[in-house]
Amino acid sequence: MSRMLRAEWTKLRTTAGPAWLLVAAVAATVALSVLAVAATSCPAGSGCPVDTTKLSLTGVQLGQALVAILAVLVISGEYSTGMIRITFTALPRRLGVLAAKGVLVTGLVLAAGTLAVLGGLLAGRLILPGHGFSVAHGFAALSLAHGPTLRAAAGSVLYLALIGLLSLGVAAMVRDSAVAIGVILALLYLFPIVATVTSDPKWQRHLEQIGPMTAGLAIQATTGLRSLPISPWAGLGVLGAWAAGALLAGGLLLRLRDA
Amino acid sequence: MTAIVTPRRAARPGGPPGFGATVRAEWIKFRTVRGWVTGMIAAVVVTALLGLFAAGSAHIGCGGALGGPARTGAACLPAVATGPGGEAVVDSYYFVHQPLASHGSITVRITSLTGKYFPAGGPGSSAQGPAGSAPQPTAVNGLQPWSKAGIMIAASTKPGAAYAAMMVSGQHGVRMQYDYTHDTAGLAGSVSGASPRWLRLTRSGDLITGYDSADGTHWSQVGTASVAGLPSTAQAGLFATSPQYLQISNNELGGSSGSSGASQATAGFGDVRLTGAAAGRGWTGQGIDTAADADYPVQGGGYRQAGGTFTVTGSGDIAPAVPGPGSTFPTATIEDHLVGVFAGLIAVLVVAAMFFTAEYRRGLIRVTLAASPRRGQVLAAKAVVIGAVAFVAGLVAAGIVVPIGIRMTRAQGQYVMPVSLLTEVRVIVGTGALVAVAAVLALAIGAAMRRSAAAVTTAIVVIVLPYLLAMAQIVPPGAGDWLLRLTPTAGFAIQQSIPAYPQLNVPYTPNAGFYPLAPWAGFAVLCGFAALALGVAVFLLRRRDA
Repeated sequence: MSRMLRAEWTKLRTTAGPAWLLVAAVAATVALSVLAVAATSCPAGSGCPVDTTKLSLTGVQLGQALVAILAVLVISGEYSTGMIRITFTALPRRLGVLAAKGVLVTGLVLAAGTLAVLGGLLAGRLILPGHGFSVAHGFAALSLAHGPTLRAAAGSVLYLALIGLLSLGVAAMVRDSAVAIGVILALLYLFPIVATVTSDPKWQRHLEQIGPMTAGLAIQATTGLRSLPISPWAGLGVLGAWAAGALLAGGLLLRLRDA
Repeated sequence: MTAIVTPRRAARPGGPPGFGATVRAEWIKFRTVRGWVTGMIAAVVVTALLGLFAAGSAHIGCGGALGGPARTGAACLPAVATGPGGEAVVDSYYFVHQPLASHGSITVRITSLTGKYFPAGGPGSSAQGPAGSAPQPTAVNGLQPWSKAGIMIAASTKPGAAYAAMMVSGQHGVRMQYDYTHDTAGLAGSVSGASPRWLRLTRSGDLITGYDSADGTHWSQVGTASVAGLPSTAQAGLFATSPQYLQISNNELGGSSGSSGASQATAGFGDVRLTGAAAGRGWTGQGIDTAADADYPVQGGGYRQAGGTFTVTGSGDIAPAVPGPGSTFPTATIEDHLVGVFAGLIAVLVVAAMFFTAEYRRGLIRVTLAASPRRGQVLAAKAVVIGAVAFVAGLVAAGIVVPIGIRMTRAQGQYVMPVSLLTEVRVIVGTGALVAVAAVLALAIGAAMRRSAAAVTTAIVVIVLPYLLAMAQIVPPGAGDWLLRLTPTAGFAIQQSIPAYPQLNVPYTPNAGFYPLAPWAGFAVLCGFAALALGVAVFLLRRRDA
């Protein structure tokens, strides 16, 4: 296993793409969070039903797309160049290769995700008090010492890692990078869009409970937990199930098909 | 397959191939890749299926415990009046009228406009009980911004009849309105005993002209209305009405909930002068569409006459009906059936981006550019091919799902806002154009970035993510509006079928189907992004080695 990890690490380290994608993921997450936070204000004298923690973590919605590219390219990149045949010749245990890729993607995304999430929270902590979300208005400054905020922050990092694993699984299934990224973004973005248009509240709730993004991002909520379609950790569990299913199917196809 | 191309090439020795030949070559490339053709067909199927799922998942129930026997499905369809233009309208008011011949006029002085409203829970609130069983309403004094009272010449007293009216309003000064959708401003300021308003309507056949005055001697014309189908004997008189009061609060999950209730306006009229009235007929007071089971919350009405002064009280509205939070019954719009376009669009964007990036992956780009060295022409030819294919895909999908979806939605008992044929055609053809331009944008991004995964992600993120952020209210509504103005997502405005009428005090939110830009303006924003991306792509294609 350590041989496989070293091989995969060398491949990741020696191409420029992954490093740039990780930087871009952090930058995109923080940038969208800053924009969302800067665009929100709470005029004096009005109650603002805003979940400030969740607002500061808005950037994850964009950052996940870059995490998905990274994870997809770790597999699809090898297929497009034919590198995959060399990889499997050198390391014939295909599931081991997939596992090594999974471990590396998880590690890298956890590191980058932590930076991105902390950046978003910092933006919220610095900008929001100036926009009416002050202590005087009943909003405490964002702090990781606050239990639900810590859960939202740590959960968002885990969310990004699970998105990476889901993407890895999908890429192992469909192999082509363009199709893989299309499938992943469709899985993520379509559930909430269809849910907003569905007129039946029951269906709407079901769609939000099974969608990998809508369920997974329940982990970001710190207020109004009762009215969430799914509880925070259960939601992250749904995304975990999606990722596990994708990895399982991807691994199976990797073994069954010719490379 | 190459046999088709070779003879043409041979026939023109020397010089690069013309644009037609390049388009032909690109079309052959497209149709001979099975995955791309499958992708386009899948896009059509997914668009249609998702749209029909959304249409079929609505379960409307009505009646039951409070309102008689429980019903479901088409039996629940509300009886909504439609105006002269075929649009759904609310036409509830109190009318004190008498017949008017084809030439005549009516002039009044309005000295007061006051109102009250009944917050949710009272009779006439949206959670309606049978009249009489609810506790006495607790009335709150106050006018609605669009409470209105004034004079009107109407084709008849049937809901949805053609009309023209001059009125004073709660907060919007004097207005001339006709046929529900038209609204022109007159004198500003509110009306009171100290500053009354004189209003006049003159009729000459189908042509009605409105005037207002602050002193009864100096008149200014507010507007003219050509009211088609006004019979030789119309109804002219005084009216008062007041729309539902509506309070929308956003909740923490990004949704919004509202409370609403009926309201009432009372206006004092003096100096009522009617010329051209049919002889020997007095005033008749009548509530128009004010039954307790009406689809719009109303709260009583009536009038008192003392000599030359009238006091008229009315409730309801004379205005177009709109979907979303302002609606008092479940409504759908024709574009609600196009939710599947997002799924189909993602497939189209993948194919469109690959249509260029695949050339780089296989090294085919070098053959392509060797055969037709004008690089801009190659990109243009690809844009024509992918644009045409995507247009057909979008058009076919929308053409299938809209008519069938409308029928399914109606069968479920949900009211579908009627629109003119022209609007329906614009929504369907516009969807095809939207998909086509989005595909060209994805192609250009692919040509500029050369990497499939990066290009596909960029295309999806710039077109789909802003919609999600705005619609699911993940970003606050103000920021969401800017996203729908400044990103390629603005193009979806082409699907909006019901305009946002300014003469209604209703929140026009994106997730009720109202875009901040007009349909063609939004589409132009998308076209602008596509043109910009094509320009950048041509520049990079020419500068870089293939």
